[in-house]
Amino acid sequence: MVPVADYIGLSAILFTIGALGVLIRRNPLVIFMSIELMLNAANLAFVAFTRMYTALSMAGGGQPVYSGQIFVFFVMTVAAAEVAVGLALIVTIFRTKHSIDIDNLNSLKG
Amino acid sequence: MNAELLAFIILAIIAIAAALGMLFSRSTVYSALFLVLNFGTVAVFYILLNAPFIAMAQVSVYAGAIMVLFLFVIMLLGTEALPPSRALPWQRPLAIVLAVILFAEAAYLLFIRRVAAGDVPQPIQAFGSPQGVGNALFASYLLPFEVTSVLLLIAMVGAIVLTIREKGK
Amino acid sequence: MTFFYLAPWIVFFPVIGLLINLVFGSRFSETVIGTIASLASGLSFVVSVLLAYSLVGHPEAVRWTIGEWIHIGTLQLDWTFRVDTLSTMMMLVVSGVGTLIHIYAVGYMHEDVRFKSDLKRFQRFFVFLNLFIAAMMILVGGDSYLMLFVGWEGVGLCSFLLIGFWYEMDTLGRPSWANSNAAKKAMIANRIGDFGFLIASFLMFWAFHSLQFDQVFQQAPAIAASNPGLITAITLFLLLGVTGKSAQIPLFVWLPDAMAGPTPVSALIHAATMVTAGVYLVTRSAALYVTVPAAQFIVALVGAVTALFAATIAVGQYDIKKVLAYSTISQLGFMVAGVGMGAFAAGMFHLATHAFFKGLLFLSAGSVILGMERGHHHLAHHEPRKGTKEKHPEEVFDPGDMRNMGGLRKTMPVTFWVYLTGALALAGIFPFAGFWSKDEILASAFRGGFTAIYWLLAIAAFLTAFYMGRQIWMVFFGEPRHAAAAHAEESPQVITVPLIVLAALSLLGGALDLPGVETLTHWLEQTVVFIKPGEFVWSVALISTGLALLAILLSWLLYGRRPLKVGEVDPLKQMLGPVFTGMERKWFVDELYWALFLDRYVDVSHFAADVIDGRFWHDWFHEKVIAGTYNWLSHIALNRYADQLGIDAFFNSLGEWTKEAASGLRRFQNGFVRSYALFVLIGVVAILGYLIFK
Repeated sequence: MVPVADYIGLSAILFTIGALGVLIRRNPLVIFMSIELMLNAANLAFVAFTRMYTALSMAGGGQPVYSGQIFVFFVMTVAAAEVAVGLALIVTIFRTKHSIDIDNLNSLKG
Repeated sequence: MNAELLAFIILAIIAIAAALGMLFSRSTVYSALFLVLNFGTVAVFYILLNAPFIAMAQVSVYAGAIMVLFLFVIMLLGTEALPPSRALPWQRPLAIVLAVILFAEAAYLLFIRRVAAGDVPQPIQAFGSPQGVGNALFASYLLPFEVTSVLLLIAMVGAIVLTIREKGK
Repeated sequence: MTFFYLAPWIVFFPVIGLLINLVFGSRFSETVIGTIASLASGLSFVVSVLLAYSLVGHPEAVRWTIGEWIHIGTLQLDWTFRVDTLSTMMMLVVSGVGTLIHIYAVGYMHEDVRFKSDLKRFQRFFVFLNLFIAAMMILVGGDSYLMLFVGWEGVGLCSFLLIGFWYEMDTLGRPSWANSNAAKKAMIANRIGDFGFLIASFLMFWAFHSLQFDQVFQQAPAIAASNPGLITAITLFLLLGVTGKSAQIPLFVWLPDAMAGPTPVSALIHAATMVTAGVYLVTRSAALYVTVPAAQFIVALVGAVTALFAATIAVGQYDIKKVLAYSTISQLGFMVAGVGMGAFAAGMFHLATHAFFKGLLFLSAGSVILGMERGHHHLAHHEPRKGTKEKHPEEVFDPGDMRNMGGLRKTMPVTFWVYLTGALALAGIFPFAGFWSKDEILASAFRGGFTAIYWLLAIAAFLTAFYMGRQIWMVFFGEPRHAAAAHAEESPQVITVPLIVLAALSLLGGALDLPGVETLTHWLEQTVVFIKPGEFVWSVALISTGLALLAILLSWLLYGRRPLKVGEVDPLKQMLGPVFTGMERKWFVDELYWALFLDRYVDVSHFAADVIDGRFWHDWFHEKVIAGTYNWLSHIALNRYADQLGIDAFFNSLGEWTKEAASGLRRFQNGFVRSYALFVLIGVVAILGYLIFK
């Protein structure tokens, strides 16, 4: 039996790596991919906890708990939609700027 | 150490390596491919966690659709490496420090305070199967399901609107 | 039957008359206005006659109250009319002569407003004239010194209003301050007299605790015995009032200037009635005066000196009305001397006869002046001078200057005969009224042992006859010295009829108090208990008649035998030289007063205005202290310190601080997405840390 804590730990590691990617990389596509990685890490945590709660609930004689998996389902859906729109945005910006360095998108400085 | 734990460790190493590879790879295509690997590993994790439906959804949606979309756009935009940036010199060190702190916090929670430690009994067989998820989805979570469909419509329309070229431009 | 209940109507009729004329007068014709006014005065006369008739069988005084006035503690002063023989005598004189003058004034003002080109002012004259009658009636009819003072002030006001009737001109009609200044002079001189009256009444109240006649006179002997100095002070202060109102030395200077008013005003107020108020006051206060013979002597002396002084000035005057004005002052001196010597009957007798003949003389002088003006008008508009273009409106022609007159007895016969009557009465020729009254005064002086006063008055009588003779020869005899005199016309009947009535009174007025019969003395002694019967001393009568005839002869020698020609110098001037100049220039009294008092007052006033008000108050106090303090407060204290350095600095510093904070914080918004993400992550880490370790 793998303790749930291990899965959560793995999720944390993946999340941290994703955050690092968002902060360090300047290619918008890589940043986007790091965001997907973070979402994925969260999904992993959700599923792990669902299994834990279902197991606990069933051990106590109750129903299985599906809410985590349903949530992951919706997260995936949202992530897909987000990727579609986000990539469209990146393409549009690239058409204007002809560069994929996000440091060039600094005209909103105060 | 049983087989599950061994499998977990190997898969975890692969997942982390893939993530790091994505992070440090110079080529964008390689980053995308590393991420695909990561997604696949996570899908296996889902299977281990009694969520086969989610695992299949992960493979088909994430690795199959999203990453393919990514690869298309990478092709569109080009994959040249960017020159080192002269702006924000303090960004990188600070980011690393923060990542370390974040991980330290997580580690503290998990290993010192031992949150959610301990074994968990195996759930029933039908848990996580498409029937089970489908029942829950269309019974208790019908409204979010419908809203999500609208969301997808919005996303489609948005994507088209954003990238459409006006006639004559 | 008695008519005492009619007493208030002596005042009410003139008041009603003046109110009707005041409110509706602008819609009435001149005749209607004059009729209403004369009727008001005439009804007042009728009431006076009825009151006098009521007293015949009932000689004690009757007091008729019409309203409460002052009731404070033991002081009870009401609006009470006193009907006794003295007051009814005054009422008869005032309303009788007043009514005749009202009728005369209708004709006189009709011409005067046309000469001065202001027809609208006719109404105002009669309003003022009725107001005067009302005030004079309050004066003579009052039962207390306070009510008398109300009337006293009222006639002073009317005198001011009527002297300054043509306030924007001088007597010749040119725009000037002269008439207004004359009115002011009268008011101010009277005011000084009023001050004396007021001090006397304060002392009286303090000593007697009342101002009502009966109460004062009852206590008079007791107070006089214990504190004669107080009574002396009271009587002398009353004398100051008398010198103001009755134009004695030293306050007589207003009366000659008062000739600036229209002639009916001069006749009524400044000859017959108002100026006699002082004599009435002394007679009324007889109970006080007889207790202090020293004060009486001072009164008599003032009167006698004034009589002589004014007579000398009258000799040197060229204006017809000025001669009469100084003559009035002189005759008032006779009256004051008379009552001062205790000869109250003689003084009041002369008051009445003087009202007749001086009123007559003034009105006739007015007729003469109008005749001259008509002649001048006739000349200017119908017979332009040969050679010269019409320059008459600007030509300065003085219709009252005797040097322009001459030979008027041919062109104005009625005026001549009445004037002659008045002049003979004034000169004291038997059997005219003035002879009897003046002689009583002289006899009282002689018999009473007042030798100095007798000689002063006798010389004044001599000069009186002389200057009246001079006037008659200059005005009515000889040849006209100016074309206007040659073309003078007689006055209409509305003017000449009252003159004839007054002439009759001047002729027959002696009957009031003939020696032996002494009607007036017996009438008055009911009230004035100290009255001495009038004296008739043959020697005095003969001496005074002789002196008068001598004076007339002298005047004929100088002015009648060889009448004055145009531009010729007055023969008396050639004889007396600088003395005549002194007489002509009224012994420089006005100049003396200006130098002694009035210029000093102007200096004080300038000092107050320029130094105290200007330099001290305005320049220093207002500018430096008040304005300076205020400016300091607002500029320095509030503006610079409180506002700029205090509040502004504070709030500006807030703004500066915000700016600096903002510019500091602005560095975080560098536009780089990566750094924004970093900040988000910092926040996440912080929150996580808080949640973990809380």
